[in-house]
Amino acid sequence: MRELVWKIGGEQGTGLDSTSDVFATVCNRLGYYIYAYKTFSSRIKGGHTNFTVRVSTRRVLATAEGVHVLVAMDQEAIDRLAKELVPGGLLIADSNFQPKAPEGVQMVTVPMTEIARDLLNPVYRNIVAIGASAALLGLPLQAFKDYLAEKFAAKGEQVVQGNWTALERGYSYALEQAADKAFQLDPGDGQRRLIMTGNDAIALGAVAAGCRLVVAYPITPASEILETCARILPKFGGAAVQVEDELAAVATCIGAGFAGARAMTATAGPGISLMQENIGLASMAEIPVVIVDVQRGGPSTGMPTKHEQSDLLALAYGGHGEGPRIVLAPGTAEQAFYDTVLAFNLADNYHCPVIIASDLGLGLWQQTVDNLDFDQVVIDRGPLVDPKELEAMGRDVFQRYAFTESGVSPRSLPGMKYGQYLATGVEHATDGKVKEDPVNRTRMMQKRLKKIKKLEIGGQPVPGILYEGPERPEILLISYGSTFGVVAEAAELLREQGHRVATLQVRVIRPLPVEELRAAIAAAEKTFVVENNATGQLAFIMRAEGVEHPVESILKYDGTLFRPNEVVAAVLESYKGVPA
Amino acid sequence: MASLAEFKTAEKSWWCPGCGDFGVLAALQKALVELGIEPENVVIVAGIGCSGRIGNYIYSYNFHTTHGRTMPVALGVKLANRNLTVIAAGGDGDGYAIGMGHFLHAIRRNPDITYIVMDNHIYGLTKGQTSPTSDPGFKTKTTPEGNLERPVRPLQLAIAAGATFVAQGFSSNQKQLVRIFKEAIAHKGFALVNTISPCVTFNRVNTYDFYREVLVDLDNDPNYDPTDRVAAMQKLMETDELVTGIIYREPESIPFEEKLPGFRPEPIVSQDWNLPREEFERLLARFR
Ligand SMILES: Cc1ncc(C[n+]2csc(CCOP(=O)(O)OP(=O)(O)O)c2C)c(N)n1
Ligand code: SF4
Ligand SMILES: [Mg+2]
Repeated sequence: MRELVWKIGGEQGTGLDSTSDVFATVCNRLGYYIYAYKTFSSRIKGGHTNFTVRVSTRRVLATAEGVHVLVAMDQEAIDRLAKELVPGGLLIADSNFQPKAPEGVQMVTVPMTEIARDLLNPVYRNIVAIGASAALLGLPLQAFKDYLAEKFAAKGEQVVQGNWTALERGYSYALEQAADKAFQLDPGDGQRRLIMTGNDAIALGAVAAGCRLVVAYPITPASEILETCARILPKFGGAAVQVEDELAAVATCIGAGFAGARAMTATAGPGISLMQENIGLASMAEIPVVIVDVQRGGPSTGMPTKHEQSDLLALAYGGHGEGPRIVLAPGTAEQAFYDTVLAFNLADNYHCPVIIASDLGLGLWQQTVDNLDFDQVVIDRGPLVDPKELEAMGRDVFQRYAFTESGVSPRSLPGMKYGQYLATGVEHATDGKVKEDPVNRTRMMQKRLKKIKKLEIGGQPVPGILYEGPERPEILLISYGSTFGVVAEAAELLREQGHRVATLQVRVIRPLPVEELRAAIAAAEKTFVVENNATGQLAFIMRAEGVEHPVESILKYDGTLFRPNEVVAAVLESYKGVPA
Repeated sequence: MASLAEFKTAEKSWWCPGCGDFGVLAALQKALVELGIEPENVVIVAGIGCSGRIGNYIYSYNFHTTHGRTMPVALGVKLANRNLTVIAAGGDGDGYAIGMGHFLHAIRRNPDITYIVMDNHIYGLTKGQTSPTSDPGFKTKTTPEGNLERPVRPLQLAIAAGATFVAQGFSSNQKQLVRIFKEAIAHKGFALVNTISPCVTFNRVNTYDFYREVLVDLDNDPNYDPTDRVAAMQKLMETDELVTGIIYREPESIPFEEKLPGFRPEPIVSQDWNLPREEFERLLARFR
């Protein structure tokens, strides 16, 4: 088989997250493509949780349609999840809770708790479950042994041996019970790719891009970015600082940006709402700053642990007044890495806030990444003045907000002699001093807004869309953020049914790639915009920015990502064209 | 070394004649000159209010921020370039109303920043509303029958929050104010200088004459020990904070940026940000 789906369910706080992590990491090492996600709540201990790992021989970036092997650690997991099993699917349950399977479900009971007790360590229960899973999915046990040996090397021979025994006993027990029913996954290609979340990728991208300050306030689902940076940055002379709130977080980054550092904050919707006034300050005072929004269910506290893409309007246009800001929308962990590097370069070249619009699905779910190419990481500081030239100019000559053709003015940094200026959120003249007369106001507004009409780095335009498929499709599916992976798979499914389908991922929300969108939509017979929100925010922005062609929205706002088949069904429901 | 003239800008002052903020500006410029700091190495982070204009009149790097956010912006500047002299300045509303949260957390964090609050017990820029330091019963446009709330006591709050340097100056006592500013800037850590800076337009109660009458000057008390926290608290309670001088100072204060793990003495802005390839590969190895 080319793909199998494994799922484990049980009580929150019983180590299922690291169990799933072990399973996903080993499969990734075997050379499979992984997409791993969970259902969780804000409760820390207790309450149901489950983890799903899609293991495939090709790239997958969407929620699975069915489960092949379900591991249940309690009856609730069976009651909730058994219905997801595909025909022929297997339920592995710990025999300690006397599991009852629904009719028609093939169950393999494994004495997980008992074996763990035997080995004098209750945490081995989950390792037994992994061993049993490996057996029933046709995965080589040795790969799991190697990984556990590496993982627990520091804890000593005894711990490694204990894990191995638990693993082996689970494996052989399951085989004895159900060797005939076991699945056999096609072998992985053995390539050791990366496995990470979007949050991981953003943290790595920031460090690679020269960001040495990450300042944030904890919030689900963005906290990992601050946590990862707290671990990494001190090694490179930087710091991650948890401050008192999001107002402070973004303001600290703006202060650092003014002084010449690369600083980033990461938050979710509630934090974005609090940051808006200061995002406006960075627009007005022309200060580089990078802000990550890992979107979750809103408004207000909304659904902290559930996926949504409903901050788009707030990101693109939120806050009072009208100022420049750039909004990037990565859809994969790989894109998130490069977009973060790009975000810092854009901020330094356009002197304005750059927002990375991530979402819970992208931020938290693990996925396989082929590679992250160090050679593509270039630090471009943009128009900084040369301190020697500045000094030669003498006092009061340099104009920080000089009118230029592009609207971007050269920037001095504190410490540079004769580069002194007033950075300010108040409307100002070219030297930063207050100036409110209508002529200056109009020119300054135009200067700031025209900066971001077109984005370029090192003379290369920044691509606003990613288009895949035929030039004149019957069906065009538009997506952004983590919906990209869903739409790619839905397009595949539609193609299998004989439709001519193209996909378009919007990579930059602001400035919106209006011309590219118009051309693509004009060439398609029917266009759908697929988004996880209730009001079709991207479609709204497209219309507002001048993409006048009709599009149809496919929306979902129940807190979960689309499954590819849901998109397919919605398209077919609406699209009554004749299949090719 | 920069002269006083070099710290001045050509911009004509915008404050009302007689405003206390003139004295704060003059003392700060003088302190910077006497400390031998070069204008390009000074960053003034100013709040929103009449007081927030102070940056316009000092030839240095200036950041006129949003209302209440001087503390985090100043922290960011300091973390980015720890060689800079970072001075935050703003009004009593800016610091003790909308910015109160940041104020207390800045104190707890103790970065090497000097914070000058130009305290006039009133909102000047918005033309005369009550402020968190307004006296009970004080009549303003928003409290026509008199202020019902008790004033915040910023100096006691600061000490309670663990401040390592707390002082109060009076804008018309230049000699003392210059000395306080110099010591505050030289202090390694967060230094609060609440500076009484009368608003001559909207506050007819807390006037220069009023303060001349009531202020207790610690400089006249040779027995006062500013390293004794308990004594400092007692003095503030006794005088109801109508006192000037250096009230508390912790000699062994270590600023936040010196405590950060791995944080280098070389400012972030002058480091080479390019990761060595092998470091990058090492980071990726965790994800394989
Ligand atoms: C978020 C926000 N709310 C309100 C204001 C309006 N505002 C400007 S200055 C100010 C208070 C000024 O008082 P203070 O901080 O004591 O400064 P002063 O003018 O007395 O020096 C207010 C309320 C604002 N600029 N921003
Ligand atoms: S209104 Fe008051 S605080 Fe403002 S400039 Fe005039 S005197 Fe100074
Ligand atoms: Mg005031």
